[in-house]
Amino acid sequence: MVNYKYFLKGILSSKKFDSPAIALGASFVAIGALLKNLGFTIQESIFSTLLTYALPGSLVMAESMVIGASLVNIFLAVWLVNSRLYPMTVSIMPLLKHESQPRWKYYLSCHFVAVSSWLILKSNYEEIEKKYRIDFWIGIGTATWLVAIFSTIVGYYASDFLNRDMIIALAIINPIYFMCAMIGVMKTVQLSSAILIGAALGPIFYFVSPEWSVLIGGIVGGTISYFIGEKYGN
Amino acid sequence: MATSVVLAILATSLATYLSRFLGAFTSEKISEKSKIYRWFNCIAYSTLAALISRMLIFPSGDLSEVNYLLRIVVILLSILIFYITKRNLVYPTVLSAIILGALNSFAV
Repeated sequence: MVNYKYFLKGILSSKKFDSPAIALGASFVAIGALLKNLGFTIQESIFSTLLTYALPGSLVMAESMVIGASLVNIFLAVWLVNSRLYPMTVSIMPLLKHESQPRWKYYLSCHFVAVSSWLILKSNYEEIEKKYRIDFWIGIGTATWLVAIFSTIVGYYASDFLNRDMIIALAIINPIYFMCAMIGVMKTVQLSSAILIGAALGPIFYFVSPEWSVLIGGIVGGTISYFIGEKYGN
Repeated sequence: MATSVVLAILATSLATYLSRFLGAFTSEKISEKSKIYRWFNCIAYSTLAALISRMLIFPSGDLSEVNYLLRIVVILLSILIFYITKRNLVYPTVLSAIILGALNSFAV
Protein backbone atom coordinates (compact mmCIF):
# COMPACT_ATOMS: atom_id res chain seq x y z
CA MET A 1 0.00 0.00 0.00
CA VAL A 2 1.86 3.05 1.25
CA ASN A 3 5.59 2.82 1.90
CA TYR A 4 5.78 3.50 5.63
CA LYS A 5 9.32 4.88 5.66
CA TYR A 6 8.56 7.61 3.12
CA PHE A 7 5.15 8.30 4.63
CA LEU A 8 6.89 8.97 7.95
CA LYS A 9 9.47 11.16 6.22
CA GLY A 10 6.62 13.24 4.86
CA ILE A 11 5.06 13.56 8.29
CA LEU A 12 8.40 14.60 9.80
CA SER A 13 9.17 17.21 7.14
CA SER A 14 5.91 18.92 8.13
CA LYS A 15 7.04 19.52 11.69
CA LYS A 16 10.30 21.37 11.13
CA PHE A 17 10.88 24.57 13.12
CA ASP A 18 9.86 26.88 10.29
CA SER A 19 7.18 24.66 8.80
CA PRO A 20 4.19 26.17 6.95
CA ALA A 21 2.14 24.20 9.47
CA ILE A 22 2.48 27.23 11.79
CA ALA A 23 0.62 29.48 9.36
CA LEU A 24 -1.85 26.72 8.64
CA GLY A 25 -2.54 26.18 12.34
CA ALA A 26 -3.05 29.88 13.08
CA SER A 27 -5.51 30.34 10.25
CA PHE A 28 -7.57 27.28 11.12
CA VAL A 29 -7.77 28.43 14.76
CA ALA A 30 -9.37 31.57 13.31
CA ILE A 31 -11.71 29.44 11.16
CA GLY A 32 -12.74 27.35 14.17
CA ALA A 33 -13.62 30.53 16.09
CA LEU A 34 -15.50 31.93 13.08
CA LEU A 35 -17.58 28.76 12.60
CA LYS A 36 -18.46 28.73 16.29
CA ASN A 37 -19.68 32.32 16.07
CA LEU A 38 -21.76 31.40 13.00
CA GLY A 39 -23.61 28.81 15.05
CA PHE A 40 -21.92 25.65 13.70
CA THR A 41 -21.72 22.69 16.08
CA ILE A 42 -18.29 21.20 16.83
CA GLN A 43 -19.12 18.17 14.64
CA GLU A 44 -20.06 20.41 11.71
CA SER A 45 -16.85 22.45 12.12
CA ILE A 46 -14.66 19.33 12.13
CA PHE A 47 -16.60 17.90 9.19
CA SER A 48 -16.06 21.15 7.28
CA THR A 49 -12.27 21.21 7.69
CA LEU A 50 -12.03 17.44 7.14
CA LEU A 51 -13.83 17.57 3.79
CA THR A 52 -12.82 20.97 2.44
CA TYR A 53 -9.34 21.64 3.86
CA ALA A 54 -8.89 24.92 1.99
CA LEU A 55 -8.97 28.19 3.84
CA PRO A 56 -10.46 30.68 1.35
CA GLY A 57 -13.19 28.17 0.49
CA SER A 58 -14.29 27.87 4.11
CA LEU A 59 -14.27 31.68 4.45
CA VAL A 60 -16.44 32.05 1.35
CA MET A 61 -18.84 29.40 2.66
CA ALA A 62 -19.12 31.27 5.96
CA GLU A 63 -19.71 34.62 4.25
CA SER A 64 -22.29 33.12 1.89
CA MET A 65 -24.20 31.53 4.74
CA VAL A 66 -24.38 34.83 6.61
CA ILE A 67 -26.11 36.47 3.64
CA GLY A 68 -28.28 33.38 3.09
CA ALA A 69 -26.94 32.42 -0.35
CA SER A 70 -28.37 29.34 -2.12
CA LEU A 71 -26.44 26.07 -2.41
CA VAL A 72 -25.76 26.70 -6.10
CA ASN A 73 -24.35 30.13 -5.28
CA ILE A 74 -22.17 28.69 -2.53
CA PHE A 75 -20.90 26.00 -4.91
CA LEU A 76 -20.02 28.53 -7.63
CA ALA A 77 -18.41 31.04 -5.25
CA VAL A 78 -16.27 28.35 -3.62
CA TRP A 79 -15.35 26.79 -6.95
CA LEU A 80 -14.17 30.17 -8.22
CA VAL A 81 -12.10 31.04 -5.15
CA ASN A 82 -10.57 27.56 -4.88
CA SER A 83 -9.84 27.15 -8.59
CA ARG A 84 -6.24 28.18 -7.79
CA LEU A 85 -5.95 24.56 -6.59
CA TYR A 86 -6.12 23.46 -10.24
CA PRO A 87 -2.75 24.89 -11.41
CA MET A 88 -1.27 23.99 -8.02
CA THR A 89 -2.25 20.33 -8.50
CA VAL A 90 -1.00 20.27 -12.10
CA SER A 91 2.32 21.71 -10.93
CA ILE A 92 3.02 18.92 -8.43
CA MET A 93 1.42 15.71 -9.77
CA PRO A 94 4.01 15.20 -12.55
CA LEU A 95 6.73 15.33 -9.86
CA LEU A 96 5.04 12.47 -7.99
CA LYS A 97 4.22 10.24 -10.95
CA HIS A 98 5.67 6.76 -11.17
CA GLU A 99 4.35 3.87 -13.28
CA SER A 100 4.65 1.35 -10.45
CA GLN A 101 2.23 3.31 -8.25
CA PRO A 102 -1.56 2.79 -8.40
CA ARG A 103 -3.67 5.66 -9.70
CA TRP A 104 -6.06 5.79 -6.72
CA LYS A 105 -3.23 7.21 -4.64
CA TYR A 106 -3.11 10.26 -6.88
CA TYR A 107 -6.87 10.80 -6.97
CA LEU A 108 -7.20 10.39 -3.22
CA SER A 109 -4.15 12.42 -2.23
CA CYS A 110 -5.03 15.37 -4.47
CA HIS A 111 -7.40 16.28 -1.62
CA PHE A 112 -4.28 17.28 0.33
CA VAL A 113 -3.31 20.02 -2.14
CA ALA A 114 -3.23 23.30 -0.16
CA VAL A 115 -0.70 26.13 0.04
CA SER A 116 1.17 24.78 3.07
CA SER A 117 1.47 21.14 1.95
CA TRP A 118 2.33 22.32 -1.57
CA LEU A 119 5.21 24.46 -0.27
CA ILE A 120 6.55 21.64 1.92
CA LEU A 121 6.57 19.28 -1.06
CA LYS A 122 8.13 21.86 -3.39
CA SER A 123 11.04 22.46 -1.03
CA ASN A 124 11.72 18.78 -0.24
CA TYR A 125 10.77 16.55 -3.19
CA GLU A 126 14.19 16.52 -4.86
CA GLU A 127 15.71 14.56 -1.97
CA ILE A 128 13.16 11.77 -2.40
CA GLU A 129 13.48 8.91 -4.86
CA LYS A 130 10.84 9.34 -7.56
CA LYS A 131 9.22 5.97 -6.96
CA TYR A 132 8.29 6.86 -3.38
CA ARG A 133 7.45 10.54 -3.78
CA ILE A 134 3.72 9.84 -3.74
CA ASP A 135 4.03 8.14 -0.33
CA PHE A 136 6.11 11.07 0.90
CA TRP A 137 3.36 13.41 -0.34
CA ILE A 138 0.66 11.37 1.43
CA GLY A 139 2.70 11.79 4.64
CA ILE A 140 2.94 15.58 4.20
CA GLY A 141 -0.77 15.76 3.38
CA THR A 142 -1.84 13.67 6.35
CA ALA A 143 0.26 15.75 8.76
CA THR A 144 -0.94 19.15 7.51
CA TRP A 145 -4.53 17.93 7.28
CA LEU A 146 -4.44 16.77 10.90
CA VAL A 147 -2.93 20.11 11.97
CA ALA A 148 -5.85 21.89 10.26
CA ILE A 149 -8.45 19.69 11.94
CA PHE A 150 -6.80 19.97 15.36
CA SER A 151 -6.54 23.77 15.00
CA THR A 152 -10.22 24.02 14.04
CA ILE A 153 -11.11 22.25 17.29
CA VAL A 154 -8.78 24.53 19.31
CA GLY A 155 -10.25 27.65 17.67
CA TYR A 156 -13.80 26.45 18.25
CA TYR A 157 -13.30 26.03 21.97
CA ALA A 158 -10.96 29.03 22.38
CA SER A 159 -13.32 31.46 20.63
CA ASP A 160 -14.83 32.64 23.91
CA PHE A 161 -11.39 33.66 25.15
CA LEU A 162 -10.19 35.38 21.98
CA ASN A 163 -10.79 39.12 21.79
CA ARG A 164 -11.01 41.19 18.61
CA ASP A 165 -7.30 42.14 18.57
CA MET A 166 -6.24 38.52 19.00
CA ILE A 167 -8.47 37.38 16.12
CA ILE A 168 -6.99 40.13 13.92
CA ALA A 169 -3.46 39.12 14.96
CA LEU A 170 -4.24 35.51 14.02
CA ALA A 171 -5.56 36.62 10.64
CA ILE A 172 -2.28 38.35 9.66
CA ILE A 173 -0.11 35.28 10.38
CA ASN A 174 -1.20 33.35 7.29
CA PRO A 175 -0.58 36.00 4.58
CA ILE A 176 2.65 37.25 6.21
CA TYR A 177 4.06 33.73 6.47
CA PHE A 178 3.29 32.92 2.85
CA MET A 179 4.53 36.32 1.67
CA CYS A 180 7.93 35.61 3.28
CA ALA A 181 7.89 32.01 1.97
CA MET A 182 7.25 33.34 -1.55
CA ILE A 183 10.15 35.82 -1.26
CA GLY A 184 12.24 32.87 -0.09
CA VAL A 185 11.63 30.80 -3.24
CA MET A 186 12.52 33.64 -5.64
CA LYS A 187 15.67 31.89 -6.86
CA THR A 188 15.28 31.71 -10.65
CA VAL A 189 14.36 34.44 -13.15
CA GLN A 190 11.18 32.57 -14.03
CA LEU A 191 9.91 32.09 -10.48
CA SER A 192 10.95 35.57 -9.33
CA SER A 193 9.06 37.22 -12.17
CA ALA A 194 6.05 34.91 -11.64
CA ILE A 195 5.85 35.95 -7.99
CA LEU A 196 6.52 39.68 -8.49
CA ILE A 197 4.16 40.10 -11.44
CA GLY A 198 1.45 38.01 -9.75
CA ALA A 199 1.75 40.04 -6.54
CA ALA A 200 1.35 43.26 -8.53
CA LEU A 201 -1.49 42.05 -10.78
CA GLY A 202 -3.67 40.53 -8.04
CA PRO A 203 -4.51 43.89 -6.44
CA ILE A 204 -4.55 45.71 -9.82
CA PHE A 205 -7.19 43.36 -11.29
CA TYR A 206 -9.14 43.77 -8.06
CA PHE A 207 -10.32 47.12 -9.44
CA VAL A 208 -11.72 45.33 -12.50
CA SER A 209 -13.29 42.32 -10.76
CA PRO A 210 -12.77 41.39 -7.08
CA GLU A 211 -13.90 37.77 -7.69
CA TRP A 212 -11.70 37.09 -10.71
CA SER A 213 -8.66 39.19 -9.70
CA VAL A 214 -6.55 36.35 -8.25
CA LEU A 215 -7.25 33.94 -11.09
CA ILE A 216 -6.75 36.42 -13.94
CA GLY A 217 -3.74 37.95 -12.19
CA GLY A 218 -2.22 34.48 -11.84
CA ILE A 219 -2.84 33.40 -15.43
CA VAL A 220 -1.57 36.67 -16.94
CA GLY A 221 1.38 36.92 -14.52
CA GLY A 222 2.28 33.25 -14.95
CA THR A 223 2.17 33.44 -18.74
CA ILE A 224 4.32 36.60 -18.90
CA SER A 225 6.87 35.12 -16.51
CA TYR A 226 6.93 31.85 -18.46
CA PHE A 227 8.08 33.74 -21.56
CA ILE A 228 10.52 35.87 -19.55
CA GLY A 229 12.00 32.68 -18.08
CA GLU A 230 12.24 30.87 -21.42
CA LYS A 231 13.97 33.88 -22.95
CA TYR A 232 16.41 34.81 -20.18
CA GLY A 233 17.10 31.35 -18.83
CA ASN A 234 16.16 29.62 -15.61
CA MET B 1 -30.67 24.68 10.11
CA ALA B 2 -28.64 21.55 10.74
CA THR B 3 -29.36 19.95 7.36
CA SER B 4 -28.62 23.17 5.48
CA VAL B 5 -25.26 23.47 7.27
CA VAL B 6 -24.37 19.92 6.24
CA LEU B 7 -25.49 20.60 2.65
CA ALA B 8 -23.44 23.82 2.55
CA ILE B 9 -20.38 21.93 3.79
CA LEU B 10 -20.92 19.23 1.15
CA ALA B 11 -21.34 21.82 -1.63
CA THR B 12 -18.16 23.58 -0.46
CA SER B 13 -16.12 20.40 -0.33
CA LEU B 14 -17.34 19.16 -3.73
CA ALA B 15 -16.56 22.53 -5.32
CA THR B 16 -13.08 22.38 -3.77
CA TYR B 17 -12.35 18.77 -4.69
CA LEU B 18 -13.41 19.46 -8.29
CA SER B 19 -10.33 21.65 -8.96
CA ARG B 20 -8.00 19.16 -7.28
CA PHE B 21 -9.51 16.23 -9.20
CA LEU B 22 -9.29 18.03 -12.55
CA GLY B 23 -5.68 18.90 -11.72
CA ALA B 24 -4.82 15.26 -11.06
CA PHE B 25 -6.72 14.14 -14.17
CA THR B 26 -5.26 16.59 -16.71
CA SER B 27 -1.71 16.23 -15.39
CA GLU B 28 -1.65 12.47 -16.09
CA LYS B 29 -0.09 13.07 -19.49
CA ILE B 30 2.16 15.97 -18.49
CA SER B 31 5.85 15.28 -17.93
CA GLU B 32 7.79 17.33 -15.39
CA LYS B 33 10.30 18.25 -18.08
CA SER B 34 7.75 19.60 -20.56
CA LYS B 35 7.14 23.23 -21.42
CA ILE B 36 3.48 22.99 -20.44
CA TYR B 37 4.58 21.86 -16.98
CA ARG B 38 6.82 24.91 -16.61
CA TRP B 39 3.97 27.14 -17.75
CA PHE B 40 1.60 25.65 -15.16
CA ASN B 41 4.28 26.00 -12.53
CA CYS B 42 4.57 29.72 -13.29
CA ILE B 43 0.79 30.11 -13.15
CA ALA B 44 0.65 28.32 -9.79
CA TYR B 45 3.31 30.58 -8.23
CA SER B 46 1.83 33.68 -9.81
CA THR B 47 -1.70 32.83 -8.61
CA LEU B 48 -0.47 32.27 -5.07
CA ALA B 49 1.43 35.58 -5.11
CA ALA B 50 -1.71 37.32 -6.43
CA LEU B 51 -3.80 35.70 -3.69
CA ILE B 52 -1.42 36.66 -0.89
CA SER B 53 -0.97 40.27 -2.01
CA ARG B 54 -4.73 40.63 -2.47
CA MET B 55 -5.27 39.24 1.05
CA LEU B 56 -2.87 41.85 2.45
CA ILE B 57 -3.90 44.86 0.34
CA PHE B 58 -7.65 44.23 -0.03
CA PRO B 59 -8.42 41.85 2.83
CA SER B 60 -11.83 40.40 3.51
CA GLY B 61 -13.07 39.53 6.98
CA ASP B 62 -11.21 40.43 10.16
CA LEU B 63 -8.17 42.09 8.58
CA SER B 64 -10.31 44.62 6.69
CA GLU B 65 -10.98 46.37 10.02
CA VAL B 66 -7.31 47.29 10.29
CA ASN B 67 -6.22 50.68 8.96
CA TYR B 68 -4.30 50.25 5.70
CA LEU B 69 -1.32 52.31 6.89
CA LEU B 70 -0.97 49.96 9.83
CA ARG B 71 -1.06 46.96 7.48
CA ILE B 72 1.63 48.48 5.27
CA VAL B 73 3.85 49.13 8.32
CA VAL B 74 3.44 45.50 9.40
CA ILE B 75 4.15 44.16 5.88
CA LEU B 76 7.35 46.24 5.52
CA LEU B 77 8.55 45.36 9.04
CA SER B 78 7.96 41.65 8.34
CA ILE B 79 10.02 41.76 5.14
CA LEU B 80 12.79 43.59 7.05
CA ILE B 81 12.73 41.02 9.89
CA PHE B 82 12.75 38.20 7.32
CA TYR B 83 16.02 39.50 5.84
CA ILE B 84 17.62 40.44 9.19
CA THR B 85 16.99 36.94 10.58
CA LYS B 86 18.67 35.38 7.49
CA ARG B 87 15.38 34.38 5.82
CA ASN B 88 13.80 32.79 8.83
CA LEU B 89 10.04 32.34 8.43
CA VAL B 90 9.03 32.04 12.07
CA TYR B 91 10.27 35.39 13.46
CA PRO B 92 8.56 37.70 10.95
CA THR B 93 5.32 35.69 11.21
CA VAL B 94 5.12 35.67 15.00
CA LEU B 95 6.32 39.28 15.33
CA SER B 96 3.84 40.50 12.70
CA ALA B 97 0.96 39.13 14.79
CA ILE B 98 2.29 40.73 17.98
CA ILE B 99 3.03 44.09 16.31
CA LEU B 100 -0.36 44.22 14.61
CA GLY B 101 -2.25 43.18 17.74
CA ALA B 102 -0.43 45.81 19.83
CA LEU B 103 -0.65 48.67 17.31
CA ASN B 104 -4.30 47.95 16.56
CA SER B 105 -5.32 48.06 20.21
CA PHE B 106 -3.73 51.53 20.49
CA ALA B 107 -5.12 52.78 17.18
CA VAL B 108 -8.80 52.14 17.87
